[in-house]
Amino acid sequence: MVIEHIDAQLPGTITDRHAFRGDQTIVVAKANFLAVVELLHREGFQLLVDLTAVDWPEREPRFDVVYHWLNLASQERLRLKVPVADGEAMPTLAGIFKTANWFEREVFDLFGIPFDGHPDLRRLLTWEDFQGHPLRKDFPLDGGDVFCMEGCTAPYNNGERG
Amino acid sequence: MTMDSIGMTRQMLDGDKMIVNMGPSHPTTHGTLRIVLELEGETITKATPEMGYLHRGVEKLGESLSYQQFIPLTDRLNYCSSIMNNVGYTCAVEKLLGIEIPKRAQAIRVLMSELARVADHIVCVGVNAVDIGAFTAFLYLFKQRETAYDLFEMATGQRLHTSFTRIGGLFRDIPDGFVPLAERFLVECEAAVDECERLLTHNPIWHDRTKGIGAISPEDAINWGYTGPCLRAAGVPQDLRKAQPYLGYETYDFDIPVGTTGDVFDRYLVRIEEMRQSLRIIRQVLDRLEPGPVNVDDPKIALPSKEKVYTRMESLIHHFKLIMHGMEMPVGEVYSATEAANGELGFYLVSDGGKNPYRIRVRPPCLPIFNSFNDQVKGCLLADAVAVLGAMNIIAGELDR
Repeated sequence: MVIEHIDAQLPGTITDRHAFRGDQTIVVAKANFLAVVELLHREGFQLLVDLTAVDWPEREPRFDVVYHWLNLASQERLRLKVPVADGEAMPTLAGIFKTANWFEREVFDLFGIPFDGHPDLRRLLTWEDFQGHPLRKDFPLDGGDVFCMEGCTAPYNNGERG
Repeated sequence: MTMDSIGMTRQMLDGDKMIVNMGPSHPTTHGTLRIVLELEGETITKATPEMGYLHRGVEKLGESLSYQQFIPLTDRLNYCSSIMNNVGYTCAVEKLLGIEIPKRAQAIRVLMSELARVADHIVCVGVNAVDIGAFTAFLYLFKQRETAYDLFEMATGQRLHTSFTRIGGLFRDIPDGFVPLAERFLVECEAAVDECERLLTHNPIWHDRTKGIGAISPEDAINWGYTGPCLRAAGVPQDLRKAQPYLGYETYDFDIPVGTTGDVFDRYLVRIEEMRQSLRIIRQVLDRLEPGPVNVDDPKIALPSKEKVYTRMESLIHHFKLIMHGMEMPVGEVYSATEAANGELGFYLVSDGGKNPYRIRVRPPCLPIFNSFNDQVKGCLLADAVAVLGAMNIIAGELDR
């Protein structure tokens, strides 16, 4: 339903869509993202349930930032995905949805996707000088060298520290 | 040093902020988390939560485990009500597979989930009261929690790390003797909840410590991503068991308690009433529990019984194939949410068709709630921070994953 509204009011913004097992998914380019979010907010999707990312190392652009919205009035759910390249920043939603604050910090921490305009973009689950981003597919499962602080070169970070 | 300079130093010190570390190991943090509080006298000017002390990398580990193997990891998310995490996760995988589990399995899942909800609310309410200084309610309630854990142990073999569900059903049926003990639990727990209410609900000290503390408007609560009892206490009647029923919750008769102000007292009242409603649901499940299978009849999903594995070739092959190669999963992504004791527990699964999930995301209900901690306690007294933290029911295992 809301997808039709997006189509009507912001034609051409949805680059891909699918429904699997009743889950509605739309894919939106980064440039149109904020406009779509504002529309969703107006349409009653006011609970940002979840914000996460998925890493596709072989794909270009590499990441999908995944948002899950819930409309409390109609109980409609919507998944919105935005593809972003490695190192590319997403616009923050912390201004519209306060809950995005920590979710974005978590995505920044575990995937290394920065968020433009975030009020306090620090790592959330790991510590400040942690090397690498654990949920990237090329981060080793055993944690690699992250626990030796002196003189180790982390292979998953092109041999560079920091 | 002259008196003058001592006076000056005192003045400077008085104007200074005091930094107090609450945690990572503090009796009221209930789990390992740290809050850096900036105080002016007793008043909190800023609270900075620090988390990650219990970060195990569950989501990363899940990517190298098969779908079945991930179940024990879900026990350790919200360890006060682990069965609800088992149920939430397996529901997500079943949604991905597009299967429905047998009626009896659904009913037992509901039964165990509601038992877990009661146990979880007992911990939350009891411990919140202890933190504020009311010890007796905690003791009365914890006796019932032990019975609930005895029931878990009977059914699953474990008190805390239950791993009770399987994809397509359950690990096993509930044993003989479970239903009589559950019936007794219903009566005794109801009485204990009443007793707890008599101790707290009209207690003026409890009112002083909880009313108006941590109050939040419904709009703010939604904006902060609140779900569960904390959202309902703020006046939003959102409960996934009613709003988006799963496991046949639409067939049970129960009410959704809603608060008005969202403060610690309302959260307490909502949890107390939810315990009663959960007991009501358990009563209905026990009344209409019919015999039947507890696993789907599909050898590509559920393991065949041991008896068959030892006597029939086909079953042996299915057993071997399931263990060694795992299930055949469709390519796709699902988000499945269940109403856990703390709120909406979501699992977002991305499958590339392989034996292991490509990505598992756990949406912990208490992370968005804890996110608002600074907002909730700013301007409050130090002792109120303890009350707010207890009423949020932060479980570090779930928070940090």
